[in-house]
Amino acid sequence: MNEAKEKPPDDSFSLALIGSGGAGVMTAGQILLDAAAEAGYFGLMTRSTGPQIRGGEAAAVLRLGVTPVGCPDDRIDLLVALDWGKAEYFSDELALDADSVVIADSAEGEPPVWVTDSGARHYAVRLSELAREHSGLRANIIAVGIVGALVGLDFECMKNTIKRRLTGKGSLLLNVIQTGLLASISETESLQCACRLAPPQPQPRWLLTGNEAVGMGALRGGVRFCAAYPITPSTEIQEWLARRLPEVGGCLVQAEDELASINMCIGASFGGVPAMTATSGPGLSLMVEALGLAVATETPLVVVDVMRGGPSTGIPTKSEQADLAIAVYGAHGDAPRLVLAPNGISDCVTTTQWAVFLAEALQCPAVVLSDQFLGQSRTAINPPKDREWHAERRRAPADIADFQRFGDSSDGVSMMGIPGTPGSEYTATGLSHKPSARPSAMPADHRLQLDKRRRKLEQFDYGDDWADIEGDGSLGLLTWGSTTQAAREAVARVCADGSAVRLVSLRLIAPLDPVRIARVLEGIDRLLVVEQSHGAQFFRYLRAVCELPPHTRSLAEPGPLPLRPGRIAAALRVLEMEQVK
Amino acid sequence: MSKEHHVKPRALAHKDYKSSYKPVWCAGCGDFGVLNALTKSLAALEIPTEQVALISGIGCSSRLPAYTRAYGFHGVHGRALPVAAGLAISRPELTVIAVGGDGDGFSIGGNHFIHACRRNANFSYLVMDNAVYGMTKGQASPTTESDWTGSKLAPQGTHQPPFQPLEMALAAGAPFIARAFSNAPNELAQIIREAIEFPGFAFVQILSPCVTFRPEQLNWKKQVHEAFTPTADKREAYLKLLDDDGIGTGILYRAPRPCFQPDNSVPQSLEAIAASFEVE
Repeated sequence: MNEAKEKPPDDSFSLALIGSGGAGVMTAGQILLDAAAEAGYFGLMTRSTGPQIRGGEAAAVLRLGVTPVGCPDDRIDLLVALDWGKAEYFSDELALDADSVVIADSAEGEPPVWVTDSGARHYAVRLSELAREHSGLRANIIAVGIVGALVGLDFECMKNTIKRRLTGKGSLLLNVIQTGLLASISETESLQCACRLAPPQPQPRWLLTGNEAVGMGALRGGVRFCAAYPITPSTEIQEWLARRLPEVGGCLVQAEDELASINMCIGASFGGVPAMTATSGPGLSLMVEALGLAVATETPLVVVDVMRGGPSTGIPTKSEQADLAIAVYGAHGDAPRLVLAPNGISDCVTTTQWAVFLAEALQCPAVVLSDQFLGQSRTAINPPKDREWHAERRRAPADIADFQRFGDSSDGVSMMGIPGTPGSEYTATGLSHKPSARPSAMPADHRLQLDKRRRKLEQFDYGDDWADIEGDGSLGLLTWGSTTQAAREAVARVCADGSAVRLVSLRLIAPLDPVRIARVLEGIDRLLVVEQSHGAQFFRYLRAVCELPPHTRSLAEPGPLPLRPGRIAAALRVLEMEQVK
Repeated sequence: MSKEHHVKPRALAHKDYKSSYKPVWCAGCGDFGVLNALTKSLAALEIPTEQVALISGIGCSSRLPAYTRAYGFHGVHGRALPVAAGLAISRPELTVIAVGGDGDGFSIGGNHFIHACRRNANFSYLVMDNAVYGMTKGQASPTTESDWTGSKLAPQGTHQPPFQPLEMALAAGAPFIARAFSNAPNELAQIIREAIEFPGFAFVQILSPCVTFRPEQLNWKKQVHEAFTPTADKREAYLKLLDDDGIGTGILYRAPRPCFQPDNSVPQSLEAIAASFEVE
């Protein structure tokens, strides 16, 4: 159901297309991913650009596989450079070695030093010349033909995908493209490149980004209102919902700022309409006051934070997991809320759907921590199923006697009066209040509401979805969110060497149940906590809430580069060698 | 199978729109007059209590929702307008009224004010303006005169020209703009009624004296005068404002334009939307 449950790729191929912004590498990458998916492969395409929106450098990094792929590999099998213009920007990101193959336009001259130093085999190919021979073609399409031929993609799939992508450009151009593709394919005959993938097992695939997946999960959960302010890298969630919400009877408002966004959602949700906003770190900072308001007024709400490099404006186009602390604690006073994290692109659908359900059931804001890697990567996956999680709020019936909006109950959840319902008129307030909603500064009233709001989150039965737990052994790896994909592959590599490792990936970050954590960590004497943050926020949070095995190590690395399976596997192997006292 | 039952609408008097809570306002506060006029207007319009939602931020006047029998939302400082907009847009059948003070609306909430005027969602906004922060004991607000030295936070005066709510509303595109006085009950109730009935964003600045921190505002009773008659001509409205002394009342501008409402799309099932992700 989630890619989380599927085994890591044992047959995959990694390639990168680089060029100056505008050269069409992203288009070429998308065509290849789409064609691979149509042929029945799985795949993942991450985008790498500088902070500028246009121009600058651009890389489409693809990994194609016969089985699901969730993260980039440590190294690149094939690098195609349309030009070497700003290629230096990728020297940290695209690891080449003696087994790698580099194809660059013959007009571009020698590759930069980081490429030649890697020992990779270099071929100069007439990319732009071939493109010129077919007027109307650009070098990026020639690159598609070459890569497709090397990987073994079906020609028809490539042609169909190009036709769809470049539709409306006329049949003449399509003929040119077809001839150009064939010419570029014949060019590859002289290349020595062992990158052919095994034949796939074609079956229905979804092609989508994590941001689109969040939108789909929100609709499935029942979100019918969204107010948001554009911010990289969350904007595609808003754009997707702007088109889709009206189709299901909802709407999206582009608000004047993030404060307005979250408060509009609170207004809609107060009116009984499940609401969501999407933002990134700087926007979440602006929302924390209203987050506390939603806690105090017990207003259901989903806030999706697509994390990027921080603090402050940070790196808008690259990933990090460093908003965990603000998501869990951001607000004044004691303001417990739900925090959830999807651990893959497919899981963005599932976790967002769950977040809507939980927020509505528990009358509480839920923060969903996605990140740039999940949000803006595009992937071919098995279609995620619609789960039985649909917004269901405990509403006051009409003409109820003695309505107590914030009345305590055994599970801490109260009945909510929805405007339009006679008999349950009340005024929600961020002031400390009595069960009736009447403002109160009395210690007992304050205590009761604090107790109830915490208890309702802690007592709820979250089922088995609070974490993904795989494998067994005395060696453990505990992680969360998007890092899970690289961690899973690292675990697979270490296990392939004969070790036994238990992988625990948290989907429910808050509330965190120390008893459950202790149970899943039973028998583990060495534990590695893995995250993508400089300050080890996850590790410190766990240490504050749970008992961890005495021999616990933290692997916390900041963005913006993705944590690679190799780095995690190495840390696991070091930990395995350490003597437990 | 749902059971239909027809309930004869109850005739409600204006006191039926009041809650059992005793206002925390000082004796003589202008906000009492606004509460009275508002409940009178609701009764006159025969809007059932459950169909009304009063939205506020922070401040003395923002306590008003709790003093009514209706749905209410008392949120955070300056953010009443987005809450009201979210509710009005997602539940268009409700009568949504945002209320608050000059600090809440024009200072911390200034940006939302501008964009509420532009957006034109269907709700009313009543600002009880006393040109002072009452709840924090007497600091200058955006509408305070520049030479007022009564504040410990600006003992030499603010040295800033007062914010002009009506001019700002007109410039930002509000389609209904009025000023009223809390101590002129009939006129105030009539203007509130017209604001509620107006299809779109209706802004009413209500001069509402703070007898505690600005006792000189008691003189408003003698000074306030009728100044505006409704016009749909923006030029005429601007000219009126150039002659305005800040305490003239009436509906300045009334020019309906299409309300903000979500676009209609061709309905799709969730399955159809999910299918759009399928590889062709």
